Amino acid sequence: MAEFNVNEIRKDFPILSVKAYGKPLVYFDNAATSQKPQPVIDSLVDYYTNYNANIHRGVHFLSQKASSAFDEVREKARAFIHAASEREIIFVRGTTEAINLVASTYGRKHLEKGDEILISAMEHHSNIIPWQMLCGEKGAVLKVIPMNDRGELMLDKVEALLSEKTKLVSLVHVSNSLGTINPVKEVIALAHAKGIPVLVDGAQSTAHGEVDVQDLDADFFAFSAHKILGPTGVGCLYGKLHLLEDMPPYQGGGEMIQTVSFDRTTYNEVPYKFEAGTPNIADVIALGAAFDYWSRLDRKAAGAWEQELLTRATTLVSGIPGVRLIGTAAQKAGVLSFVIEGVNALDAGMYLDTKGIAVRTGHHCTEPVMLRFGIPGTLRASFMFYNTMDEVDLLAENLRNAIRFLQPQAAL
Amino acid sequence: MKSMQVIEQEIVEDFNLFEGWEEKYQYIIELGQKLPALDARYKTDAYKIKGCQSSVWLHGEEKEGRLYFSADSDSTFVKGEIALLMQVLSGQLAEDILNSRLDFIDAIGLRQHIAVTRANGLASMIKQMKTYALAAANIQK
Ligand SMILES: Cc1ncc(COP(=O)(O)O)c(C=O)c1O
Repeated sequence: MAEFNVNEIRKDFPILSVKAYGKPLVYFDNAATSQKPQPVIDSLVDYYTNYNANIHRGVHFLSQKASSAFDEVREKARAFIHAASEREIIFVRGTTEAINLVASTYGRKHLEKGDEILISAMEHHSNIIPWQMLCGEKGAVLKVIPMNDRGELMLDKVEALLSEKTKLVSLVHVSNSLGTINPVKEVIALAHAKGIPVLVDGAQSTAHGEVDVQDLDADFFAFSAHKILGPTGVGCLYGKLHLLEDMPPYQGGGEMIQTVSFDRTTYNEVPYKFEAGTPNIADVIALGAAFDYWSRLDRKAAGAWEQELLTRATTLVSGIPGVRLIGTAAQKAGVLSFVIEGVNALDAGMYLDTKGIAVRTGHHCTEPVMLRFGIPGTLRASFMFYNTMDEVDLLAENLRNAIRFLQPQAAL
Repeated sequence: MKSMQVIEQEIVEDFNLFEGWEEKYQYIIELGQKLPALDARYKTDAYKIKGCQSSVWLHGEEKEGRLYFSADSDSTFVKGEIALLMQVLSGQLAEDILNSRLDFIDAIGLRQHIAVTRANGLASMIKQMKTYALAAANIQK
């Protein structure tokens, strides 16, 4: 296998040569958003410079060019997650909107008083609140699959939590605050044995490995462009065709209709039924450039490199006195979360920032996870294939310095 | 007691000596480490400020029309910010605190380094100090 040449890869990402306070930027906030390769940036400029037009309704040159560029991305999205048909791809604003779409269409249609939705203890707020809102409206109940002290889903509890009242399971594929890779395929098999569909939150997983929605047998799958080298403001919802066809529309407006009169409207077919209004044309096209980038990348080698980064970071950081890792699952991707005895996470995060190292501190939009571990928040370093071993070493070294600086009396 | 304007000016001059963010950060941390401890009986929910990412407890006491603050936080950096606010506001007349604009916060380039949620935390601290001042000013009238 060819060596993964990270230094060559880094040249594709112009922002990686930015200086922060005069120091080389070390970007370890990839779980929040990824950086963008040059072709993605270029595609935005190219679209606005050369063929900006509204799509699908124009007979003219520009509109035709924009329409076909836009339409091609649906096929690329299909290929990216190995869906059966491009009609199963709906363009949305991101993971958050994808989940809300399912809650307010599928959920509204099928949920009744006393029914249940099952999520896990490590969900992002965007996979909790839409269901809470829906349950509140319908008088339904939100149930939670617990996790163990390593931050692993307790798979043996799933079966008992699936009842004849369960209408949907919604589960995160890779946890953004713990890094845990969940056994979604197993959970889906358990749910399907009882005829219950499953939504998978793929916001993190799509950045770290190849996803095959057919192999998983996921019924819905949600992800955001900005976490996978694409622009902000766009993402995809995958849904099995028969489910999408059975769902009522999401928002009303242009594009999602077939015929309209004041008495009656007939809706367009899937996926357009769910895409009211002028879509985010520029960003969808730029997402297409991101898909192209992934297909040129040696994803096996990139994934292996990321695992090496995570392993080294885990070894170095957990070796620092006072550090306690939060999230030590056997299967992890991309994320190292930890707390430091006697040192506030925010103070340490700001220390790293003064050295040009970007990490995140706080609850990472997963407050129930912090509650479960009895902590207010963590420091989180999250990795992407364009990070280097030197950067990992710099993180560990500066963490030691931060602790020395911030733990005054104790150190003397 | 120096006037608030004079104290603010001194802080701005101190900060002008720093080369960049790193030195400012270190200075604020040191201020935080030196902040006198808050009496344990004030470290309760009643004295906790809402709207900060970190926990902040603030107590204000009025003596002869002047207000004296003491505070604590789980973040040393936030304690440092509080220490700066206290340098300016603690011991001042309630009326003056109410009318203070605290322009030094922008002048020392602090705001650009704190994320929006944290800047709101700073705003909550200032608001709480002014609430103490308002209560004291009303008692006097
Ligand atoms: C696991 C997970 N789910 C959902 C989201 C929400 O994604 P977005 O904000 O792009 O809609 C995120 C982003 O932080 C995430 O990490």
